[in-house]
Amino acid sequence: MPAVRCIDVCRTYYQGEQAIHALDHVTLDIADGDFVCLSAPSGGGKTTLLNTIGGLDRPDSGEVHIAGRRIDRLGKGELADLRLANIGFVFQAFNLIPVLTARENVEFVMQVQGVPGAERAQRAGEILAEVGLAGLEDRLPADMSGGQQQRVAVTRAIVSGPALVLADEPTANLDSHSADELMGLFVHLNEHHGTTFVIATHDQRVMAYARRLVRLLDGRVVEDVEQRAG
Amino acid sequence: MHVVAILFRLAWRNLWRNRRRTGIMLAAIVVGTWAMIFMTALMRGMVNEMVRDGIEALPGHVQVHHPAFRDDPSIANLLPIGDGELEQRFEAAGLGRGATRVRVPAVVTSEYDSRGVTLLGIDPEAEAGMTFVDEDEVEGRFLDGVNDSGIVIGARLADTLETGLGKRVVVMTQDPDNEIADRGFRIVGLFSASVAAVEEAYVFIGKGTAQELLGIGDAVSEAFFVGPDYRHVEDLRARVAAALDERVVVEAWYEVDSYLATMLGVMDGFALVWIIVIFLALSFGLVNTLVMAVFERVREIGLMLALGMRPRNILGQVVIESLLLLVIGLATGTLLSWLTVLPLDDGIDISAVGEGMEMWGVASTLYPELAPGDVVLANVVVLVLGFLASLSPAWRAAHYEPVAAMRKI
Repeated sequence: MPAVRCIDVCRTYYQGEQAIHALDHVTLDIADGDFVCLSAPSGGGKTTLLNTIGGLDRPDSGEVHIAGRRIDRLGKGELADLRLANIGFVFQAFNLIPVLTARENVEFVMQVQGVPGAERAQRAGEILAEVGLAGLEDRLPADMSGGQQQRVAVTRAIVSGPALVLADEPTANLDSHSADELMGLFVHLNEHHGTTFVIATHDQRVMAYARRLVRLLDGRVVEDVEQRAG
Repeated sequence: MHVVAILFRLAWRNLWRNRRRTGIMLAAIVVGTWAMIFMTALMRGMVNEMVRDGIEALPGHVQVHHPAFRDDPSIANLLPIGDGELEQRFEAAGLGRGATRVRVPAVVTSEYDSRGVTLLGIDPEAEAGMTFVDEDEVEGRFLDGVNDSGIVIGARLADTLETGLGKRVVVMTQDPDNEIADRGFRIVGLFSASVAAVEEAYVFIGKGTAQELLGIGDAVSEAFFVGPDYRHVEDLRARVAAALDERVVVEAWYEVDSYLATMLGVMDGFALVWIIVIFLALSFGLVNTLVMAVFERVREIGLMLALGMRPRNILGQVVIESLLLLVIGLATGTLLSWLTVLPLDDGIDISAVGEGMEMWGVASTLYPELAPGDVVLANVVVLVLGFLASLSPAWRAAHYEPVAAMRKI
């Protein structure tokens, strides 16, 4: 059973009277434990596809399945529960809740899931140390660099052990050193924890880390290739 | 439970993100709450004082009369049971604080003028502390027994009659045979009352002296009793009625003086209306604060929804934020109003405007009364209406689409 299955997915937006086909009959399977990059020029549909897979956007037609469960007909509450239990998100920016410290941001998803306090604190402390943020646990996002904030966001995305992590331009606001560190972390988590990664990007350096590259153009899949991760 | 904990944490911290805005809103709630409670305390004090003065002038919480006395409070409608028998019945029923009176219309005349008054024949010992005449408020002396030969009149009546302490006046009334009964009295005391009109309406003589003047043996016009609380007199009335028979009527004070009872009802209504009016003014600020707070955090709300927080939790977060603001404001405002009322225990002198208010039975000193019921009412009304007012921005926040919300700038 694939981690993600999209069957003939269409999504159209309207700007005035002009129709924009963000997803145009997209069919795609992503295997469990895969490391996939969705690549497209700006407006090519990669973020829409990522949001559709994550249950943040609803297709006009077609089917979306996550871990064998069809999600495109679920209600808001069910989608929220699905995201909470199965999917970790890393966004391009505005990733953290500004009034919560690094540790509290990492604990946020676990707390909403109902994980007991002691367990939350232990898991958050361990994983923050693993990503090199030991000593920064009590800092607010405003007191951390962009790279540190993005690592906290990644930590939050994976701390509850989701089967699938969706990342939208995760390195867009990072310098090259921070971007390399972040991608190294993704690869480590993919290889050692078996987490499936789907990353939307147009950054060639990020694409180089992926084992599979899916290119989109005007909402259509125009290329889907396996590659040796670098 | 875990979700509630994070909602409280988020709500609390979000509250202090814009300290200035929160501070201004808090100040408005504090001042509004203070105004609600303090003004209600002033009004409550004024009305209660009116009711207390009124009850003291009636007097008593429960009264016993001849069935026709209310229509014709004259010598013709004395109680059909004599004073001695009444005393025995009341003692047998274990009724405590009470007394009997002779009450007839009369004319009091000095060498210069005359006035129509209500002549009260009383037992000063039995009435001590139950009626409006306080020994401390009497110039000269009060009556020292039922057979005292002196008369106590109001200071204002003395001015009107151009008479004074130690001078003589003539009291003229009718006996049961419709014959003139009159007698000269020396003024032994001038009383002052909190309501000046009372000083002109009543004159006091001993009960025995009045019975002798009127030739009515041991008959009396009325009996009255004072209970522990004028708001709860039903039990006392039932006990008094049980001790008597159908030849008399037993009435609570609010039946004897429906104006006073109406005043109390009006006061309760006024308190609620006043609280709601103040809240309506506050609610604009509250809703505006919450709308702004939500508007500034659209992206965060989108993020939390994207991460798997349910819309109802977002709604809860905004409502909790509103309730925290209200609870802090209400607690501070309530404390402030209590601290304002506390030093006014000796009353506020309103004699400068008192002349005009006397016609309404309002005393010249106002004693603010912080009634627990009013404080609870103010707090509950603000909390409940505040909760309802916060639902609109909270509902709006809960129904953002995560992706659209995260794109907001």
